[in-house]
Amino acid sequence: MASLRDIKTRINSTKKTSQITKAMEMVSAAKWNRAVQNTHSFQPYMDKIQEVAASVAAGSKGVSHPMLVSRPVKKTGYIVITSDRGLAGAYNSSVLRHVLQTIQSRHKSQDEYAIIAIGRVGRDFFVKRGVKVALEIVGLSDQPSFAEIKDITSPSVGMFSDGTFDELYMYYNHYVSAIQQDVTERKLLPLTDISPSGKMVSYEFEPSAEDILEVLLPQYAESLIFGAILDGKASEHAARMSAMKSATDNAKELINSLSLQYNRARQAAITQEITEIVGGVAALE
Amino acid sequence: MKTLQVSVVTPDGPVFDADAEMVSTKAKSGDLGVLPGHIPMVAPLEIGSVRLKKDGKTEFIAVSGGLLEVRPDKVTILAQSAERAEDIDLARAKAAAARAEKRLQDSADHVDARRAELSLRRAINRISLAERK
Repeated sequence: MASLRDIKTRINSTKKTSQITKAMEMVSAAKWNRAVQNTHSFQPYMDKIQEVAASVAAGSKGVSHPMLVSRPVKKTGYIVITSDRGLAGAYNSSVLRHVLQTIQSRHKSQDEYAIIAIGRVGRDFFVKRGVKVALEIVGLSDQPSFAEIKDITSPSVGMFSDGTFDELYMYYNHYVSAIQQDVTERKLLPLTDISPSGKMVSYEFEPSAEDILEVLLPQYAESLIFGAILDGKASEHAARMSAMKSATDNAKELINSLSLQYNRARQAAITQEITEIVGGVAALE
Repeated sequence: MKTLQVSVVTPDGPVFDADAEMVSTKAKSGDLGVLPGHIPMVAPLEIGSVRLKKDGKTEFIAVSGGLLEVRPDKVTILAQSAERAEDIDLARAKAAAARAEKRLQDSADHVDARRAELSLRRAINRISLAERK
């Protein structure tokens, strides 16, 4: 049985750990709130651009744009959104495992794909496995602004336009609720799933539908990436919050059982002392 | 007087949402004014300003390109970034202009030069709007 002092040390250290995890939980809760707000303020923009894109794409028959056309796939790009830091439960590992399995089942050779890594954990994961990382961005702030991620969205969309990739997929954790985040795969380019939703308006195009698509589609694709990043951030903070909550709970449980052990050991020591004294007195008589 | 509902939305959230009597801005194909009852239209915008007239007053918003969507009673501007004239941080805009200018001189690379030029134009646009008021 561990000595009294050993148990006391363990209780203290567990208490300190639980203070840290408790603090991290509260920090994540605050960040999570802001991240969810961000996704809400982004939503009107996304809805509108989707509506316009659908109307333009549907309203202009015979007009085509490279981003709308599927071409033979020689090389695929995977945009993987992870966090920069760990301690977020299964947040990163579930995305990375999913991507790795998908890549292994879809591709035979390394030349057929490359990764666009958003977040340090994902970058390190693929670099370590020798997978080609075409683009990376690390150290995103917790509330990324659109200007901040333009450095990755523009080149990503550019790589599709210039033929480096023939397909682009996105992988991220979709935020469902504070306790549920789902790994999501989304085909980003070519844009095949712009579907008209609800009311359609037929527009005049100034100067022409082609020119509109030229501006609209890259902006639309970049917005999709930005939306996924915001979604990912909300999931990240939610995941970290629940991970830290369960860590705090576990620490409390551990402290309880250690305290019980400590009290038993203390009582045992006292009993032993009494027995010894009684024994000593008995020997003297 | 009839009014139009105008909203300027960016990925970072809505910037402007109110009624105006007239919207005038610069599209890729030239200057463009929109009054209530305009036919539905979509046009790409230049880096420039959007002027909103209401009750004899004019409000300015700096936009970095984007799209203008017009409906008879509603105008929506979709821009990757937009700022109202009074929200523009002049010092930051000037710093951005200086940075872009320096990059423009240094960069031999074609792509970099183009990006620097664009950000210089955006910065100049913001500065000129902020100084006008």
